[in-house]
Amino acid sequence: MTAEPLIAVRGVHKRFPVRRSALDWLLRREVLAVQALAGVDLDINRGETLGVVGESGCGKSTLARCLVRLLEPDEGLIRFDGKPTDDRSREGRRRFHRRVQITFQDPYSALNPRMTVRQVLAEALAVHRMRPASGFPSRIAELLDLVRLPQDAADRLPHAFSGGQRQRIGIARALAVEPDVLVADELVSALDVSVQAQVINLLLDLQGRLGLTVVFVAHDLRLVRHISHRVAVMYLGRVVEVGPTEALFSGPVHPYTVALLAAAPDLNPRRRTTRAATLGELPSPLAIPPGCPYQTRCPFVFDRCRTERPVLTEHTPGHAAACHRPA
Amino acid sequence: MTGLQVRNLTTLFDTPRGQAHAVDGVDLDVAPGEVLGLVGESGSGKSVTLRSILRLIRPPGRVTGQVAWQGRDLMALGPAALRQVRGGEIAMIFQEPMSALNPVLTVRAQIEESLRAHTTLDRAGRRRRAAELLDRVGMPDATRRLDDYPHQFSGGMRQRVMIAIALASEPKLLLADEPTTALDVTIQDQILKLLLDLRDSMGMSVLFVTHDLGVVAATCDRVAVMYAGRVVEMADVLDLFDAPRHPYTRGLLGSVPRGGAERTLLTSVEGTPPSLTALPPGCAFAPRCGWATEDCRSAVPPMEVFARGHAVACIHHQRVAA
Repeated sequence: MTAEPLIAVRGVHKRFPVRRSALDWLLRREVLAVQALAGVDLDINRGETLGVVGESGCGKSTLARCLVRLLEPDEGLIRFDGKPTDDRSREGRRRFHRRVQITFQDPYSALNPRMTVRQVLAEALAVHRMRPASGFPSRIAELLDLVRLPQDAADRLPHAFSGGQRQRIGIARALAVEPDVLVADELVSALDVSVQAQVINLLLDLQGRLGLTVVFVAHDLRLVRHISHRVAVMYLGRVVEVGPTEALFSGPVHPYTVALLAAAPDLNPRRRTTRAATLGELPSPLAIPPGCPYQTRCPFVFDRCRTERPVLTEHTPGHAAACHRPA
Repeated sequence: MTGLQVRNLTTLFDTPRGQAHAVDGVDLDVAPGEVLGLVGESGSGKSVTLRSILRLIRPPGRVTGQVAWQGRDLMALGPAALRQVRGGEIAMIFQEPMSALNPVLTVRAQIEESLRAHTTLDRAGRRRRAAELLDRVGMPDATRRLDDYPHQFSGGMRQRVMIAIALASEPKLLLADEPTTALDVTIQDQILKLLLDLRDSMGMSVLFVTHDLGVVAATCDRVAVMYAGRVVEMADVLDLFDAPRHPYTRGLLGSVPRGGAERTLLTSVEGTPPSLTALPPGCAFAPRCGWATEDCRSAVPPMEVFARGHAVACIHHQRVAA
């Protein structure tokens, strides 16, 4: 892939300082901070679906929010369509948000309970001046059709809808401004399996029809494998492996990816195992060890892992992992 | 009779919108040493079934039916006898350990409380046993962590604490209500393997409630699929995954992506589950079912045993399988 990526993330850091008590201040204790992102490098290509997986606390949602500029990185740079996304003017931000949209995990808190679906969609259209107000009703009808909601949904309030329908409203709101990129942060994790499948099918269909670039952030490996062209695995604020979906799932390189894939329960009861795939738990994000972040749980750890942080290195074209172990 | 037999278990709740049939005539058997999975989507009645078995449903909820445990009728037990069974021979673990544990008591106090209620150990014996139990469930540095409070543990470690409390009475049946749903996949894997190991070493039965078919495949011997308060299919785990007979079970299995068919449409189940206060007449799945006929809408289909250990509540199951 020689073409310029649509979004290029370079060395992005994001810290969230922990609130200090008066005693901490008096004793001049060090200011602790959660390292949510600790140097993320990632390319997102035009028209692809990039899956971002990892366990809770790995920074995948923080990354999603940085991508759509709901959060600004502390360090590093995100380039969108070749230009840095650091224009902080009102107009600059609005132009950016028109092209990059997000949907959220919790369909119950992502919609204003006092706004009808029509008001929600009309607001998005008005803020971004998508068309004259006289064109709103037909566009709203079109959007409802796009996400397969009945036309009479427009004048109802969010409480009248099920979780799956609310996620469709969230998708319709994001698509109202005809974005290039849709960041789907745990789009279906709050939904029942049978409803998940409906929303996943909708997303696949919309992507084909609208040529969307999708960043699919999720913890469900089966879903990510199903929907993504490429997958990035995150651990403690870093991308530890990235590659084409099939290459990554059939030949994972990083020991963490290997463990994560083995831990996901297989749908075939004949392939049941009796030994746990990993030992131990995630270290505290307040005190990430120096060197490789996975060293505390890795079965292959050696001296170099404890002192030197491994960088993403390509194993085969497009498939890179951050591990010192020789391939 | 050994093990657990549940017959015609029905749980009703009065709601402002009418009577909700949360559990509607459920029959289940759990043999000694067996892991029975109870799988379904939210609102299918799987958790209420579990709570009804131990009579944890409070008025105005009403539970009827028979629950026999080792030949004794749990529905007829007095309060004192019921207390001995609860947390004694039958223990329960929950989805959210933080709300099931007492936040102001140390882990030691909570394990020893169960030991005091259900064993004859003296003070020194209880102290020793509490450390053993915490060690048994895979807590690193168990002795030192006994005097910590629940908030000092991670989610996975809290779930281990809850399992240690449940094991204190050496139960013969463990009721597990989505014990790994709130956990990350690597920690879920550790907890599931721990439960299977405990089942083997203690000869315990487990009634395992989950919505995750992967968890079912990884842990259960037999599976009951629930929909709108009723069991619609019951089978050995291999049969269920190889040859599901109920259209809902097939839809559920088709909704989960499998390797090898990336970026294709999933066979989703259209529509949403019915409201429990307004169940459709006849088969509750009929409005979402591609096989439904007039007969499905007139009478609730009974469970039909058509092969050894495989029963299904669908009048069209032969056609569905073909």
